Amino acid sequence: MSDDRNMADDRNMADDQNMAIASSADVVGVRRLVRSVALEVGLSLVDQTKIVTAASELARNALVYAGGGDVRVETVRNGARRGLKLTVSDDGPGIPDIDQALSDGWTTGTGLGLGLGGSRRLVDEFDLASAPGKGTTVTVTKWAR
Amino acid sequence: MSVHADVARRRVEELLRAHEEQAVRRWAEIAKASPEELGEIYQALLSVLDEGRDDFADVRGLLADLSRSRARAGYAPADTARAVFGLKEALYEVVEADTDGVEAARGFIWFSRLIDDLGLFTFETYADAREKIILDQAEQLLELSTPVVKLWENIVAVPLVGTLDSARTQVVMEKLLQTLVDTGAEHAVIDITGVPAVDTQVAQHLLKTVVAARLMGAECIISGIRPQIAHTIVTLGIEFGDIVTKASLADALAHAFRRSGFQVSGGGGAHVAIRAERV
Repeated sequence: MSDDRNMADDRNMADDQNMAIASSADVVGVRRLVRSVALEVGLSLVDQTKIVTAASELARNALVYAGGGDVRVETVRNGARRGLKLTVSDDGPGIPDIDQALSDGWTTGTGLGLGLGGSRRLVDEFDLASAPGKGTTVTVTKWAR
Repeated sequence: MSVHADVARRRVEELLRAHEEQAVRRWAEIAKASPEELGEIYQALLSVLDEGRDDFADVRGLLADLSRSRARAGYAPADTARAVFGLKEALYEVVEADTDGVEAARGFIWFSRLIDDLGLFTFETYADAREKIILDQAEQLLELSTPVVKLWENIVAVPLVGTLDSARTQVVMEKLLQTLVDTGAEHAVIDITGVPAVDTQVAQHLLKTVVAARLMGAECIISGIRPQIAHTIVTLGIEFGDIVTKASLADALAHAFRRSGFQVSGGGGAHVAIRAERV
């Protein structure tokens, strides 16, 4: 009986993986994690690279603008289609003007200002929830073709 | 320390001394280690207890040696810690047989806590040693992973492999610029075939390196842009402007040849030149 339970736990672990982002080494870790899950879900090489790059942008945003955050990688299913769902959340200062933040070339930091808007274009589904003082949560999904 | 605790501690010392041979033998059996090695630690422990000190520096030193030698022999750190914990079991058998049960039992609790600390210390030693190895390797990797190679007279190349973070890009940039000074090269090829993903940070680092090289009078070519990378860069909206980019290092070399006025003739070389013209 206990064996059955362990197996169920393992399956949950495989479907849903969490990671904390506290340093730039963790951003590399997030990339590696997302790549391995993307491979498992069956994304094409181009789509793997796209979701890995989006994960890299979002994780680095959490690190740079909020000092760190949490990443959750899940495999999702829509009928026969499989996909990868990535949630990056932080308890940082939040984004006052989301439209402005999503526009290309806009940044309050020192980067190119393409990461957030670019990530939206790199994925199939994009959801951004943020308010000043409430932190930011970005949820993106990439479906296998 | 209360009187009770003191008495209990002394009782443990007495037992350890009186039953030294038996305890060490039993400990060696449990820990599957040589009685000589453990005997030395046992002696050091006894002399600390004997003098009533709380300074276990000698014992820790011996345990660190034990931890290292066992790690080299392929034991897991948990095995080493478990070997140290084995002393509790060895002593317990002595305590059990002791007539003055209460004091010995009380002392055993104290002793047990001490051994826990020492066992965990071996674990820490192991972790520290690991940490040092990882740090050394990270440094070596930083050194190793950024060679600047001379492709031809006036043409140098930096093949980048792996993840580009700020620290590595800094090293790459410095090395490349220094090589430009040392060799007087006019063309530099940055090959990113080995970079798995190009995000906005990596792109920004690349752009800065190219601009810096330009300021020094060298023309930079970025090569090794694979289809998935091209896709991603376009979707992200990164613009490389008038920077020359090529799919392969061979294309980049051909471009550099053409720009420096080199004529390549002969079988294989001609093939490269033809490909370059098609681009």
